Amino acid sequence: MIRTEEMILNVGPQHPSTHGVFRLVVKIDGEIITEAKPVIGYLHRGTEKLAEDLQYTQIIPYTDRMDYLSSMTNNYVICHAVETMMGIEIPERADFLRVIAMELNRVASHLVAWGTYILDLGATSPFIYAFRDREMIINMLNELSGARLTFNYMRVGGVKWDAPEGWIEKVKEFVPYMRGQLKGYHELVTGNEIFIDRVKGIGKYTKEEALQYSLSGPNLRCTGVKWDLRKDEPYSIYNRFNFDVPTSEEGDCLARYNLRLAEIEQSLNILEQAAAQFPAEGPILAKVPKIIKAPKGEAFVRIESPRGEIGCYIASEGKKEPYRLKFRRPSFYNLQILPKLLKGENIANMIAILGAIDIVLGEVDG
Amino acid sequence: MIKELLQSSPGWANFGIFFLLGAVLLLIVLGFVTYGILAERKVLGYMQLRHGPNQVGGRWGLLQTVADVLKLLLKEDIIPKAADKPLFIIAPAIAFAPSFMVLATIPFTDKFQFADIGVGLLYYIAVSGLTVFGMVLGGWASNNKYALLGGMRAAAQMISYEIPLVMSVLGVILLTGSLNLNDIVAQQEHGWFILLQPIGFIVFFIASIAELNRTPFDLPESENELVAGYHVEYTGFRWAFFMLAEYVYLFAMSALITVVFLGGWLAPFGFLGFIPGAVWFALKFSFVVFIYIWLRATLPRFRADKLMEFGWKVLLPIALGNIFLTALIKSLFF
Repeated sequence: MIRTEEMILNVGPQHPSTHGVFRLVVKIDGEIITEAKPVIGYLHRGTEKLAEDLQYTQIIPYTDRMDYLSSMTNNYVICHAVETMMGIEIPERADFLRVIAMELNRVASHLVAWGTYILDLGATSPFIYAFRDREMIINMLNELSGARLTFNYMRVGGVKWDAPEGWIEKVKEFVPYMRGQLKGYHELVTGNEIFIDRVKGIGKYTKEEALQYSLSGPNLRCTGVKWDLRKDEPYSIYNRFNFDVPTSEEGDCLARYNLRLAEIEQSLNILEQAAAQFPAEGPILAKVPKIIKAPKGEAFVRIESPRGEIGCYIASEGKKEPYRLKFRRPSFYNLQILPKLLKGENIANMIAILGAIDIVLGEVDG
Repeated sequence: MIKELLQSSPGWANFGIFFLLGAVLLLIVLGFVTYGILAERKVLGYMQLRHGPNQVGGRWGLLQTVADVLKLLLKEDIIPKAADKPLFIIAPAIAFAPSFMVLATIPFTDKFQFADIGVGLLYYIAVSGLTVFGMVLGGWASNNKYALLGGMRAAAQMISYEIPLVMSVLGVILLTGSLNLNDIVAQQEHGWFILLQPIGFIVFFIASIAELNRTPFDLPESENELVAGYHVEYTGFRWAFFMLAEYVYLFAMSALITVVFLGGWLAPFGFLGFIPGAVWFALKFSFVVFIYIWLRATLPRFRADKLMEFGWKVLLPIALGNIFLTALIKSLFF
């Protein structure tokens, strides 16, 4: 008589496909997962607690390091929260710069998601193509902010640096280039039989489940919920631009993959319009006091980051530092559904499902 | 020359010559492996917008692989405490030895072949099947869960793809009536078997990728799932042996495809016959190797259960259908 046994496999924290220091304790029967337990916190830096001793401007670099693939949206959410409390009007030029920077960053972030996802599935080349195009964005943002990843670009009341000469033209040139590249991406990967085999119908969940688990971003929209804060609760100047919120009904990994590529397209639409309407002159920073003190009270704002809804809650006692700061970090919430999705799947699907959620560990661990 | 030596009575001189020839072949194969790896890295590099090795040994990185091998030799040899030590040590050798054994039957030109045995094709397939023992044993002896999963996958994959591999060449065997590789080449004088057996070739090629554990069938060592699969615990030269086996198989399989389907050393057209057979062989062989590398740069990996389905439900029936069709046509028209 053959005796079979379930075994416990530690996937991570050092594993090529956990996208950082994420650990997953899975109980497997052969290659079938019977139970999965995510273990997080390896990258926990206590951003929220640290922020309690920092002035508002000093907190901004910390937000860079949360979701390090899309620092611009993180920068924006904290500035937006403080601005909301203080009631600051943002100059138009600064708003445009913010939107362009955020959308460029969204494209870059989705490119990384796309490339690493295909890499997780075993194809090496698309990853490098994605990074080539991302590099162009990174270089542009570098010219703008002086950093490639941790931009620390936005300030309460506006942005730190004005666009250098010729920068907007570069953005204008980038848009058609990226559209051409997207077509190539679809040709290379989207139609591939093996790829479709790996992702179609995998990691499926319904609209109700997605809402119960508080998913957001492409993870929510893949179930058919048309919810994008840029459209539904417009912040900054997003209501001036004409763009679509792509959704899909399937709720599987393929839908999420397609949505991310479709969102790149929509971001390019926004970039095109924003670059065309970019005001020729104007201040980039509103008149703000030297030392920023949010008035007594509390505020919660939320915006759409590439990974979903990122929120910032500030409780202030009217001092230079916040009394309490809390970030709603979308990766952390999106990850919650993972144990449920993994049950009954095999190891290969585990990687496909985890990759499709698109987590950034800096954000999960906070 | 070799034929006469084989038939002459055994003696020291005889043995010496064979030993020397064997050493020459080993050097050729190692030379191929050295530059095959370099070529793979270069081709992959250019396909992926990189340069590949370009520091060690001049612009083309000609000494890169040599340096890598030296590094591997100097590395600490780690055997995990909980590993099954004898098996752990012997597994790489088991994996490597058959890869070199199969080379004996391959006719590189009409003169350069070591063992012209009657069942050359069968010998190749039978012996190459032994390698999987090395992988399974290595995976099991490592006492590592990833390695175990990799070893299991290797075994499952070998069984599922060895059968279509054999079935797909049966068409060729039906046409030639011989398992001898020399006969198979000789029969292709008027048309390569890739033209006469296109279905057989496609099935054989797909199954051969699975045999070689290369993308998209690199499940036993799938980096993104099993970290490194069956050789995750191996370091230094033991690991190099697994890699060596893999690349010698690449050499052997490309050579076999050249012989069985691409007409071996024969020129594609009669008037090109003045170019020596070795050159034709090398050209066709390099082309096959290039296709393997190309596929690696392009395709994502199969999923384990889909791989089984594909092997048993798609490749095997097609191969069987091909045999039926070949037999039917042969008995009706020839």
